[in-house]
Amino acid sequence: MKLDYTPAQRAFRADIRSWLALHVPREPLPSFDTEAGFAAHREWERTLHSGRWSMVTWPRELGGRGCDLIEWLIFEEEYWRADAPMRVNQNGIFLLGPTLMDFGTDEQKARFLPAMAAGEHVWAQGWSEPNAGSDMAAIRASAIRTDEGKGGEYILNGQKIWSTRAVWADWLFGLFRSDPQSTRHHGLTFLMVPLATPGITVRPIRQLNGHTGFAEIFFDDVRVPVENRLAGEGMGWQVAMATAGFERGLMLRSPARFQRTAEALRALYLAHREQADRDPTLRERVISAWMDAQAYALSTYATASRLQKGGHIGAESSTNKVFWSELDLRMHQTALDILGAHAEVVPQTHEQHAALGNWLDGFLFAQAGPIYAGTNEIQRNIVAERMLGMPRS
Amino acid sequence: MDFVFNEDQEALASSVKRFLMTEMTPELIRELWTTPTGRSERMWDMFASQGLTAVSVPENFAGLGLGDVEWALLAQTYGYFAGPEPLLDTALVAVGMLEGLPASGQRDALLRDIAAGSARVAIAHPVNPYVSDAHVAKVLLCERGGELHWLTPDACRLNPVESIDPSRRLFEIDWQATPHTRVATVSEAQPLLARALDRGAFAVAAQLLGLTQRVLDVAIDYSAQRKQFGKPIGSYQALKHLLADVAIRYEFARPVVYRAACAIADNDPQRALYVSHAKLAATAAAQLAARHAMQVHGAIGYTWELDLQIFMKRIWALSGSWGDTTFHKARVADALIESCAPIGPARTFELES
Repeated sequence: MKLDYTPAQRAFRADIRSWLALHVPREPLPSFDTEAGFAAHREWERTLHSGRWSMVTWPRELGGRGCDLIEWLIFEEEYWRADAPMRVNQNGIFLLGPTLMDFGTDEQKARFLPAMAAGEHVWAQGWSEPNAGSDMAAIRASAIRTDEGKGGEYILNGQKIWSTRAVWADWLFGLFRSDPQSTRHHGLTFLMVPLATPGITVRPIRQLNGHTGFAEIFFDDVRVPVENRLAGEGMGWQVAMATAGFERGLMLRSPARFQRTAEALRALYLAHREQADRDPTLRERVISAWMDAQAYALSTYATASRLQKGGHIGAESSTNKVFWSELDLRMHQTALDILGAHAEVVPQTHEQHAALGNWLDGFLFAQAGPIYAGTNEIQRNIVAERMLGMPRS
Repeated sequence: MDFVFNEDQEALASSVKRFLMTEMTPELIRELWTTPTGRSERMWDMFASQGLTAVSVPENFAGLGLGDVEWALLAQTYGYFAGPEPLLDTALVAVGMLEGLPASGQRDALLRDIAAGSARVAIAHPVNPYVSDAHVAKVLLCERGGELHWLTPDACRLNPVESIDPSRRLFEIDWQATPHTRVATVSEAQPLLARALDRGAFAVAAQLLGLTQRVLDVAIDYSAQRKQFGKPIGSYQALKHLLADVAIRYEFARPVVYRAACAIADNDPQRALYVSHAKLAATAAAQLAARHAMQVHGAIGYTWELDLQIFMKRIWALSGSWGDTTFHKARVADALIESCAPIGPARTFELES
């Protein structure tokens, strides 16, 4: 136990803090689930990349800084402290990136990772299908191997759905059934597909907040070269499980995000204290928000310290996902309860934005937390079966 | 930055675990319920031979000179086995208070006695309405009017108070404060009492973590054995989710307790906040664990016969010990709301800067 940052870690923090102070846009960018917002966020990724800050944990030759996990946590803390824009390419950099590092060939790494870090390729995910949600092994979209084209091709048919950011993204990664005779988690293959390929139709789905944050994707004899396959044919399930581990685990939701929300929640409470204290539970909920966000941060530092020493992330990625998604809901509900009768107002004017902040937006987004990346019911099953060793149903 | 225990700390905890697994059985705990003192000289001697009573005693008093961070794992292990002896109050909290007193013949001798396993110490701290283990204490360290007094058992009259946990032995004590009993004035005693409170609360929090793990283990075992509708009840999602929720609360209470250990060891300016957070997080996890473990057991969980009661009752009893939930919530609120401690990202470890 040594709860002190080294001089190098302090210097790293100072570096990123001063860079962000110079570069973070003064006005918040429009939502990346709009066309203009998506473009603005892609531009921000380019700016980050120009400072070598887009993916700090990656090796230098891939556009990163070779940072360890503690430095990554420091980066995230400073990023959220500066209220910097959301990461439009999180599917790519946080999920596919680490998966490519583990399973990709050198050629694939060189081809995909630098373009991802530079914001040139923004990625969407292709897991869920209309009949494969929580039961992901029920995937039916097919990828049939042919010897046509140079080095062979897969021909894709079927449908993916709930594909976040697919409306404006450049690439998609996901699972397809390559063995028509196979069932469940056998015979699946992990493919990377340019969304501009002929035969692909992307149909935006309007979300609860009115934006088209996700889409359904139709594949109609879509040809994908074999070189776009990650790991072996039929290995898709193992690759996907590794990606899901990253998603629920450290990378997707760093604790800094929730510490920032807890801090803002306290400020909101203090600004409305007289009214808020008419309900004595509100103060308690504000305090609990800090305690839980702090617990998540401490837990992440403990995990990072353990991984630094060669440990592996296990079922704690599921405990994390349940914990942060439910914390996020509680915090936003508390904020709306403090705002009271004003909470339903969708801010339009400058004054409304100043008075109401982003709480309503965040509240809507928080509703999705216990659903995406594997519902919290599925996560609790994983915790019970893999961590606690309870019998499978 | 390194937020994990080192190999020595882990090894010490696992050797203590092996020892307690053999010796601190539910049968022994039940047997001690029926004895007049509820305590075992044989067990205390074994603690001493394991070095447990000497952990925090400085090396020049024949101790091991270790600290709060080691205790985080040891107290957790002790909680897991529901040890009834006042090991933490004596070997951690009282030792800390004694170290804060000026050197003297009686102080130095008591430190040596604790390390050697020949003295238990009881603490009458204003945060606790009752004094635990006053009946077996060689010395009682008692607060009155902000001063600290040193009392021998013959100078105290004890009135026992019954606890729901038959392992707990609580007392109200009558005693006279005199200039001869006083060992610290108000200003001298204040930091000692504040530190004792934080150590006591941290020690309880760590024990509650161990107890959480214990009732979780007991419930998991039972859910695998017990069959209904032709299947182990643990295969039903409703029960899985009860225990998964306990596991999640436990996972996120643990690092908070470890943070508190470091805050005490480093005398962190926000020590009180971190300790109260730890006590609250561990209490919440343990109370949920007790409730859900009972639910998984059904009616058998409501019996005297089942050992589950040993651990549940310890959870309920310790929940209010060394600062109850209202006390610790008020301290967190003071820091966060009234004093407006700086929080947010980049302040995980450094709330001051």
